[in-house]
Amino acid sequence: MADEKVIRIEDLKLYFTTTRGTVQAVDGVNFDLKPNKAVVVVGESGCGKTSLAKAVLRLLPRNVSEYSGKVWLRDIETMELSDEEYRKKIRWLRMSMVPQAAMNSLNPVLRVGDQVAEPMLVHYGVNKVDAMEQAAKMFQNVGVPVDFLSRYPFELSGGMRQRVAIAMALVTGPDLVILDEPTSALDVLTQANIFNLLKRIKSELETSFILITHDISTSSELADIVAVMYAGQIVEVSESHRFFSNPRHPYSAKLMASVPRLRHNAEPDFIIGSPPSLINPPSGCRFAERCPRRFEKCANEPPKYRFGEDWVKCWLYEGEGEPE
Amino acid sequence: MNADVNTNLTIQSPSENILELQNLKVYFALKKFGFQHAGYVHAVDGVDLNLKSGQTIAIVGESGSGKTSLMRTVLHLNIPTEGTVTFDGQIVNNLKSEQLKSYRHRVGYVQQDPYGAMPPFMNVQTILEEPLKINGIKDKEERYRRVTQVLEEVKMTPAEEFMPKFPHQLSGGQQQRVVIARAMILEPVLLVADEPVSMLDASVRVEILKLLRGLQQKHNLAVIYITHDLATVRYFSEYIYVMYAGQIVEKARESDLINKTAHPYTHALLAATSDPDPKNVDEFQDVPPGEPPSLVNPPSGCRFHPRCPRRIAGLCEVKTPPEFNLGNDHLVACWLFKE
Repeated sequence: MADEKVIRIEDLKLYFTTTRGTVQAVDGVNFDLKPNKAVVVVGESGCGKTSLAKAVLRLLPRNVSEYSGKVWLRDIETMELSDEEYRKKIRWLRMSMVPQAAMNSLNPVLRVGDQVAEPMLVHYGVNKVDAMEQAAKMFQNVGVPVDFLSRYPFELSGGMRQRVAIAMALVTGPDLVILDEPTSALDVLTQANIFNLLKRIKSELETSFILITHDISTSSELADIVAVMYAGQIVEVSESHRFFSNPRHPYSAKLMASVPRLRHNAEPDFIIGSPPSLINPPSGCRFAERCPRRFEKCANEPPKYRFGEDWVKCWLYEGEGEPE
Repeated sequence: MNADVNTNLTIQSPSENILELQNLKVYFALKKFGFQHAGYVHAVDGVDLNLKSGQTIAIVGESGSGKTSLMRTVLHLNIPTEGTVTFDGQIVNNLKSEQLKSYRHRVGYVQQDPYGAMPPFMNVQTILEEPLKINGIKDKEERYRRVTQVLEEVKMTPAEEFMPKFPHQLSGGQQQRVVIARAMILEPVLLVADEPVSMLDASVRVEILKLLRGLQQKHNLAVIYITHDLATVRYFSEYIYVMYAGQIVEKARESDLINKTAHPYTHALLAATSDPDPKNVDEFQDVPPGEPPSLVNPPSGCRFHPRCPRRIAGLCEVKTPPEFNLGNDHLVACWLFKE
């Protein structure tokens, strides 16, 4: 059961302590992903998307007050590993990440080739020559000229730096790559180029992706499955064809309606109000306050209703989907 | 409006152009070892633009295409190397302190990053009072009244509740509203908006664009809207100008630009803009190879020719294309349309 999924996340929680109280950034997230698929996590800023990425990859800040749940990577229960075991066996070997604003996350005083080769030296213990060879191979893979290996980040354009960051995430051949807003700082044409690259990598290297973004339009370039996050929870998981034509959750529908489109004339809409604070999230459905279709039941926490592989967390689907 | 600050700029009938740019060039000198000359960055290279009051022009281009330099020149933050900026019938290329003050009084500016655009140690009320103080409104009650009024206009109500707040206490959308309020408080006739929604969440973007649109219509404002996102432009502007490597390559009404696209670069931009469509997964996007050229030594002839899929050998790389008129104010600088 566990081994046919690349990753299976159960009831993942990540809370932070702040001076104003406990921030429930990730609050009971469940989803799983089959090999060579891409799931897109969409949501507004502050809904916990980046915290989810950090929780999955166990890149935790110091002020964590609770970190619990289960994360299965193939058949390994990663939450049972110690930090040291996790670092040695999982992070970057099985699962890697392209951080937000990746173009600025490169070390400015190291040559980009050395930075891409470093995971090979650390994790596989290969010698410098072999590591550089692997880095050169990765550069070709992501479309960066090989003679750029000896350049410094400031000598590269934004799109090239982004490609280098992607090469760094792929160099160890991980099963799963987490992309946190990989193109939000890039131009339209560069953005299209990067998504072409990711599509090619997905079909050639059979990598799986978790793509975290607030940009629904470009997310459709890579998505097989869409997970919608709202106030620390995932409220809908749908197969992408279904999601982009007919999303189930009222929040997803509103989010889709707010996307300005180039090729349709529908007037875009916006969502009134702002997302709730994650310090004291409202009881019941967290979207109820802004929801155009709320009714009495929404005061209680909605269960998950299943439609085959898809599910939605909303009372409107009581009687339609299979409750869990 | 305060009468004594805008006396030296005459107001003309609304049918005439509020802003005219003629053959505008903005070059930045590159220095080598402090004083030696090492060439120029041709940031803006021969731009013509006419803007009537109540009209909106969007300038679309990638980063490095010179759109910000163009905007800064309109705001008189850069001095043009060549060409003229005419505002309300008067050339404003090189203004001196008092004239500059009255010019800036009539031109509002909405910055890209609202948080970076506001001093973090000032509250909303102080931020909004600042332009009034600078422009000589000494009456405290008058200032309070105008701050309240402008906050209500950007739908931050009750205004009293927001006035004592500091920028960090506001959400991104609210911060951008304050920046818009600050641009509007002196009742300008021209508003320059530099990517006003690119830092905001998708769900808030449309709200802010609708707010700007509402203000523009209510006050009959002329607006220059600078962006790289063609999808948002559609809901905001009558005219779209596409900028590439310091030059405007296509000018058209919004619907013509989308439906009767002429320039190959505009085609590429449109093709690269995705709509949420599940079919996107199965197709690669059609992107021209290469990157925008360096503005220090821009390519000869048409600046897009090294990347252009429809280049005419022997012509495009030699001669700079003039603007060809396709009718209905649709101008395109491309040799494909010479007939």
